[in-house]
Amino acid sequence: MTNNTLTRMDLSEAVFREVGLSRNESAQLVESVLQHMSDALVAGETVKISSFGTFSVREKASRMGRNPKTGEEVPISPRRVLSFRPSHLMKDRVADGNA
Amino acid sequence: MIRSELIAKISEENPHLFQRDVEKIVNTIFEEIVSALARGDRVELRGFGAFSVKRRDARTGRNPRTGEAVDVDEKHVPFFKTGKLLRDRLNGEES
Repeated sequence: MTNNTLTRMDLSEAVFREVGLSRNESAQLVESVLQHMSDALVAGETVKISSFGTFSVREKASRMGRNPKTGEEVPISPRRVLSFRPSHLMKDRVADGNA
Repeated sequence: MIRSELIAKISEENPHLFQRDVEKIVNTIFEEIVSALARGDRVELRGFGAFSVKRRDARTGRNPRTGEAVDVDEKHVPFFKTGKLLRDRLNGEES
């Protein structure tokens, strides 16, 4: 494992390289892809990207939690969480690449 | 929302781009993430979330049908952690 961290900048650099738009426009497009995905998820939609994976929003019921430091019971309000399920292709490539 | 709908939305907003370029842009982004993870790299997209690789230790599993013990090798799996901004937005905290 190389343990590098890629950011938006690396994604826009790849778009710049592959598609030949300006760096500035490439960066805007990366941002707009993330924005559209986020908006769909916030609207409660599932985002399913074939050969990548599926993002879905799950409702969590309210429950009693405990402050681990004080042992005090605290109510945890109902909330929505995002879960990501990688596609088989992604799982295979990650497993093979890191074997 | 599926990949083609995402491509359609981006195309609508960028009438100066050919649809095939938008396809290439969207595909490049996802491909770049998968190949980073396949190299063992992380991808951190502030506000959206971070993709990383987690190691699962070797274990003895069981065939659920027969109950037979099977050795499962150590393996690496993709993992996604939602970013703070998106987590807050999912719960109605616009910022």
